[in-house]
Order: sequence, then C-alpha cells, then structure tokens
Amino acid sequence: MEIPYTVKPRPDTGLYNAKIGIWLFLASEVMLFGALFSSYILLRVGAPDGFWPDVPTAWPHGLLNVPLGTFNTAVLITSSMTVMMAWTALKENNFAKFRKFMTVTLLCAVLFLCIKGYEYNDKFTHYVIRLKDGSALTGHLEINGSSPRFWTEDTLAAKKLESVEVLQDIPTVLRYPSGFKHEEVAHEPGEHHIKREIKTADIQSLRPFVPATGTFFAIYFTMTFLHALHIIGGVLVMGYMTFVGGGMWKTEPERYTNRIESVGLFWHFVDLVWIFLFPVMYLL
Amino acid sequence: MQTATTHAPAHGHDHAHAHEHHEPGFFSKYIFSTDHKVIGIQYGITSLLFLFFGFSLMMAMRWQLAYPGKAIPVVGELLRKVLGDEMASGGVMSADLYNSFGAMHGTIMVFLAIVPLAFGAFGNYVTPLQVGAPDMAFPRLNMASYHMYFWGGVIMLASFFTPGGAAKSGWTSYSPLATLADTSNTINGQTMWLLGMVMLITSSLLGSVNLITTIIQLRVKGLTWMRLPFFTWAQFVTSFLLLLAFPPLEAAGLMQLADNLLKSSFFLPTGLVTSGGIVPVSGGGNPLLWQHLFWFLAHPEVYVLILPAMGIVSEVIANNTRKPLWGYKSMVYASIGLGFVSFIVWAHHMYLTGMGTTISTFFQTTTMIISIPSVIILTSLFISLWGGSIRFNTPMLFALAFLPMFGIGGLTGLPLGFNASDIFLHDSYYVIGHFHYVVAPGTIFALFAGVYFWYPKITGRFMNEILGKIHFFGSFVCMNLIFFPMFIQGLRGMSRRMYDGGSTYFGNGVDPGVLKLNEGILHAALALAFFQLFFIVNFFWSLYGGKKAESSNPWNATTLDWATPTPVPHGNFETAPTVYRGPYEYSVPGAARDFIPQDQKD
Ligand code: HEM
Ligand SMILES: [Cu+2]
Repeated sequence: MEIPYTVKPRPDTGLYNAKIGIWLFLASEVMLFGALFSSYILLRVGAPDGFWPDVPTAWPHGLLNVPLGTFNTAVLITSSMTVMMAWTALKENNFAKFRKFMTVTLLCAVLFLCIKGYEYNDKFTHYVIRLKDGSALTGHLEINGSSPRFWTEDTLAAKKLESVEVLQDIPTVLRYPSGFKHEEVAHEPGEHHIKREIKTADIQSLRPFVPATGTFFAIYFTMTFLHALHIIGGVLVMGYMTFVGGGMWKTEPERYTNRIESVGLFWHFVDLVWIFLFPVMYLL
Repeated sequence: MQTATTHAPAHGHDHAHAHEHHEPGFFSKYIFSTDHKVIGIQYGITSLLFLFFGFSLMMAMRWQLAYPGKAIPVVGELLRKVLGDEMASGGVMSADLYNSFGAMHGTIMVFLAIVPLAFGAFGNYVTPLQVGAPDMAFPRLNMASYHMYFWGGVIMLASFFTPGGAAKSGWTSYSPLATLADTSNTINGQTMWLLGMVMLITSSLLGSVNLITTIIQLRVKGLTWMRLPFFTWAQFVTSFLLLLAFPPLEAAGLMQLADNLLKSSFFLPTGLVTSGGIVPVSGGGNPLLWQHLFWFLAHPEVYVLILPAMGIVSEVIANNTRKPLWGYKSMVYASIGLGFVSFIVWAHHMYLTGMGTTISTFFQTTTMIISIPSVIILTSLFISLWGGSIRFNTPMLFALAFLPMFGIGGLTGLPLGFNASDIFLHDSYYVIGHFHYVVAPGTIFALFAGVYFWYPKITGRFMNEILGKIHFFGSFVCMNLIFFPMFIQGLRGMSRRMYDGGSTYFGNGVDPGVLKLNEGILHAALALAFFQLFFIVNFFWSLYGGKKAESSNPWNATTLDWATPTPVPHGNFETAPTVYRGPYEYSVPGAARDFIPQDQKD
C-alpha cells in the first residue's frame, strides 16, 4: 500500500497531507510567538517606574531605527508577494518566471537579514553610561576612530584607558518627560550627536545594548533573533527547492508546486510575525 | 518514487521503495527506519529504559528519605565512583545530589518515559493501523522525531556529568532558582536541561503534526469520525495538546537559556538578593512569568499523560468484556472538551503566588469544570463492565486496576483545585500522592495493559500469563503501599522537598508519627522493583518462548489494528481495508461470532 493524498487532495477535506502538516506547524508557531508577545506585555507592564536610562530596566523608547525597520517591513511584504507570484507562475506552467520571482524573494530575504545585522551591530556598539554623579547617558564609544562592541566598565579598566570619547545621543524632551532630572546638553538644532570626552574615573558602569542590559533588549533580541532564524530557515529551504531540487518540476510538477505552496505559507507567516514585531518593538 | 515518502527531496533515498528490491541493512532497518512500526518499537524500548532509570533515581532518593545521612548500600559506593566525592562522599547522598535526582526523576518520567511511551510508542505503532493507513503521513518526519527524542534524552543523561551535576531545581525549573542554583559553571546542568527540552519539544512537535495529519487524511474508506476507536480519538486530542501547549514552554526555555547564558533578566526581579548578596543583573524581570508559561504547558501535559492511557484502557476493556463501550460518543465529546478546558486551568498550580482572589476563583471554577469530562470517561468505562462476560487476563487486570487508581488520583485532585484547601496542601506530600496515583498506578498500569495487549500483534506471541499476573498483583499492592501513605504525610503538613525526609521541618524531633512511614515506602519501592523483574523477564523470554498467537487476531478484536497480518508487514495492509461499522461491535445479537471486525461486510 502507498501513502495516499501526498499530492492530490483528499476529497472530503480538500487538502493534501503536507498542507495540513504546514498549517498545524504554523498553529504551533502561533503559540510560540504568542507566548513571546505575552511575555513582552508582562515584562513591559511590570517594568519599574522611572525613565530609561536613569532606571536600568525602565522601558526604553525610541532606541530602534524606525526608518530602517519600516524599510525592512516593506522588503518582507514584497518578498511575500513575490513568493506568491512564483507559485502562480508554477500553476501557469512557467518555470522560468517562477525562478525569477523566487530569486527576488530570496534577495529580499537576504537584504532583510543584512539590514537586521546592521541594526544588531549598531546596538552592540551603543552604550548606556552611568556616571558616578548619578546621571546617565547613551551613545557610541569612539576609540581610535572605531566603535568597539560589547565593552563594559571592566574592559575600560583592563585597557587602562584614562578617558573615552563618546558620541552622545542628544536627549530630547520626548525621551525624558518632565520631572526627570537629566543633564542638559547644549546643541545646535538638527544635530543628532555630540562628541564628548568622559573620564574613566567618572564612569560607574558602561553597558552595551545587549540582553543583559535590560528586559527590553532581552525580549527585543530574543524575538527578532528567533524571527531571523525563521528567515534563515526559509532561505535555505526555498533556495534548495529553487536551485537544487528543481529537477522535481520535470518529474512530478504537481508535487513540486505543492511544496512551493507549503513553503510559501510558511513565508507568509514569517512575514506576518514581523508585521506584529515591527510596531511592537519599534513604535510602541 | 511516490511511495512512502512525502517530504523527501526528489533524489532522496527511499526506504519503502528500496525494501521491495533488497533487504535493507541493519541501519536503515532498525536505526534510521521510516516505518512507523519500527519507530514505535524504538520509542517503546527507549522509553521503557528511561522509565526504569527514572525509577532507580527515585529508589536512591527514597533510601535517603527513610534513613537520612546513612550510606546507601552498594549503590552509594557506585554513585561515589561515578559522580565523585562531593556528590556522594562515603556513599551518602548529598543534598545537591538529592536535588538533581529529584529534578531529573520528574523530568525523565514525564518527558522521556511516559509521554514517549504513551504517545511515541503506542501512538506510532497502533494509530496508523487503527485508521487503516500504510504508514504515518510523513515517515521521514517520524524518524526525525524519534531521533530528536533520543538525542534530547542523551543530553539529559549527559547532564549528570557536567560540572556541578544535573539540573537541581525541580522538574518545574522555577526561576530564579533555576538560574541561580549553579552560577559557578556557565554550561551547567540547567543549561543542558534546557537544551534537552528544546530537542524534546521539537520531537513532540514533529510527532503531533504527523499523527494529526495521519488521522485526518489517511482514514480508510468508511472510517468516519464516529467509527474511530476511542484509542485513536484519545491520541488525536493528545496530539493537539502537544502541538499547542509545548511551544510556550519552548519560548520560556529560550528565555531561561538567555537568562543563564546571556545574563538577561527575563525571570529575575529587580533587587534580587541571595546569600551571596545582591545578584548582579539588570533585574526588571518576572519570576511568575516562568510559572505561567511552564504551567500553560504542564497542565495540558498531564492530560497528555492520561488521555492515551484512557485510550488503551478503553480498547482493552471493550475487548475483554466482549461488549461495546458504554457511552462511546459521550467519551469522545468528553475528551474533546477535556482538551479545550485543559488550556485554561493552569494557574491552579499557582494559588499560593498571590495572584488575587478573582483570578483564583476563575481557575478554581475551570478546574472543577474539567473534572466533569474526566468523570464522564471514567464512569463510562465502569458502566462498560456491567453485565460483561469479563476475561481476566493480564492486560485486563491492569486496565481494571487503572479505573480505581485513576479515580483516587482524580478525587484527591479536587481539594487541590479549591484554593482554600490548596493553601494547606500545596507543596506537601499530598500533592505527590495525588499526581502519582494518576500517573503511576494509573497511566503506567494502562501502559502495561497496552504492552501485554498488543504484544501478540507485534511479536506473534503472547506474554506469559503467570508471570504477568505476579507482575500485576505485586505491582498493584506495592504501588498502593508507596503512594497511599503520602496522603497521610501530606495532610500532616510534610513538605515535598525535604532532603532529610522532613525531620528538620517538624523540628526538635517532634514527629507526628509520619516520618516512620518513609521506611515503609522505601521497602514497598524495593518490592515494586522486584516485581518489575517478572515483567522484564517475561518481556524478553516471551519473544522466543511465549505461546504462539494462533491467528493474526488472537483476542478476537474488532478494530483495524487486528485486521493486519502478524507480524505486520511493511505497508501494513495487503489491500486498503474498507470499514463498514463502528469500532466495538461485540456480542451483536444474531451474529455468528461474538465480535464483528470493522472491515467485515454484512
Ligand atoms: C481530574 C481532576 C484533577 C484535578 C482537579 C487536579 C488538580 C490539581 C491541582 C489543583 C494541582 C496543584 C496542587 C498544588 O501544587 O498545590 C495538581 C497537581 C498535579 N496534578 Fe492534578 N488534578 C487532576 C487530575 C490530574 C491528572 C489526570 C494528572 C496527570 C495525569 C494530574 C497530574 C498532576 C501533577 C503532575 C501535579 C503536580 C505538579 C507539581 O507540582 O509538580 N492531575 N492537580
Ligand atoms: Cu494542573
């Protein structure tokens, strides 16, 4: 006996096996990301009173790059559309067109990952610095023309640096609502950063924007990294199907089309997760 | 190439196909098989080994509880040699060792023994047969599922040898304890536990997707939903629980992993202080978040433990009373209801966390509601016995014993479900007694029933009845001697986590008379181990010496799993069967025999 409905849909359910399989898998993925979104809410609601960066774990706001995030959203939505067009092309029996759209999809995915990588790197080189006088500031370090990653006050001590140059983010009123005492920094309108020299002896702590620095970063990195893993998985599978496993199109076109449909469903889901992640992380 | 694979790449190696041409080698036949029957047996053997291992851990702990601070005879020396002086110096179990054995006992029993046996082994072997399928819908995923499980288990075992020993924060791994229990090693037992869990969760994800698809898609002609054997229904609901309840634990596991490795503070509150001073973390996290996510899985998980057991028991009872199951339809609806409600009762494990009376009341209400379907199923099974001409063979004895044992377990759950009484009972031995009654003499007995019942289908031989009955009666008495005293201890307030058996808890040597019970429990546990020898011997001896099953349907059963030849060939059925009737047509008036197989035409 052979396993039935691997290609043709079962009449009473109207689905072939893999399609049910992928829907079930996505249901479990909804629960996975659902749990993480719930955790986000709980952590945010439970964050201590006060304002970032004065209180270490108060929920920071406006630290992520909104234009880049918006662009990435557009990139993913585009890829979601092209993957569907690729599938339609198969239905039209046009393999060359399929490949073209699949290539665009893959390029979008890779572009997304590159931008995400750039954003990650920006966080790794971005610091919150607490000074011994009780004030706190954020910014990038500038050491010999480059911005080092993952430093802490221990790194400063180990390197025996007298002072560090900091490209300080200018605090805006939006970030520090009234009532919060912070150091006013004089700056020209339209200026985004000011350079500043800080003595190592004045620094109480130096923390990069990584999960250990606060629950916002912890959940941001966990969720976006898990999402990125899904993108990587999708790239591998789609790349394999398009460029290595494409021979199946000649032998079993219907089955091949089904596979593309299944992976397409997965891809839409990955896109959907981002559509939730983007506003939650970047905008709210 | 359209044979038994669906997810194979085009040029993939196809076992099912290869089989028709030449005998596959040892590896592709027994290790990397895609045949659901081989995978079922792989699951079965592995999980039985884990069951025995988990039991052994507990026997060592019971010695420590009965005779605190005394060297464990023979085994103590072995532990010292294997795990080192700081764990068992002089053969005495250290507190750390006690804690890791406790955590690993629970983990192994739940995630590596019972679920893989109930769902992985029986689900894999029997379900496709009962729906008349040639295999699972995705044979390769099935193989991957077993291998994930296997390596998850290996990681768990390896964790005993990591610096600092295995995880020691309970099977529930509550944060912050789980993060702070062993800060001197980065890769510590808890890290391994989390990695192992991620593997196990992935494995059960693959398994449940596969089983649901198989049941929905591969049912043969005529096998409508209300003609499915109850066993298959139970597996179906179980699969959904696994599919949807496990991912939140995976999320929680990833977050705890981040807490342990990246020093984040998902579950670590601000200003956390331990004996070593203020914990140097950012804080801001929420320990209760872990508990919520954990129990969101772990309550449905207890129904994962019990539903397949109910399924097995139903098959055995219908077959051995020679009567249809009473209230089959209400049992089906009850199990579906159970599935839904089990997602909204989790916080009854957290009454003492101060969540407030409104929320407590909500979960108290849902907990009472969920006992209704359990009672429906149990009552139906009891009534099914009424007026049957019962065959008291070994599988039936185990199935019969399941009923009152699960009954005790369920009834003792009610006082735990009311928050007023739970405040007193929480974290006491009463809780231990409650859930062990459900799982040990409950589920494990059902699983034994299943092994004795399907053994002749799998091997073509019966297991020995005399050895089986000794195994049954011995286990039945010992199980009760072990777990009943725990209710008494718990009602006297004995805490469930005491390394010295609770004497420090009662203080000043004032023992209200319940510490002595620990000795009795130890001896009953040793006797229980002794009676398992009868099972082990029987299991292997019967492979060659057991009474031959004369036909491929030696119990005169009705469901499709018995319509296959014995041993079941690759592809299961010679031709796809067609189903003409419900699953339990026993003793139909006017019929030639006292059973009518589902695939028999009028
Ligand atoms: C049918 C009615 C049931 C009710 C009302 C019930 C209620 C409860 C409650 C309220 C607790 C928490 C006790 C505490 O920690 O203070 C509990 C613990 C537990 N129950 Fe049940 N239960 C029922 C059935 C089951 C079943 C069928 C199983 C498993 C097969 C089960 C397994 C467990 C386990 C494993 C725990 C303890 C977990 C732990 O703290 O380590 N229960 N039960
Ligand atoms: Cu529960």
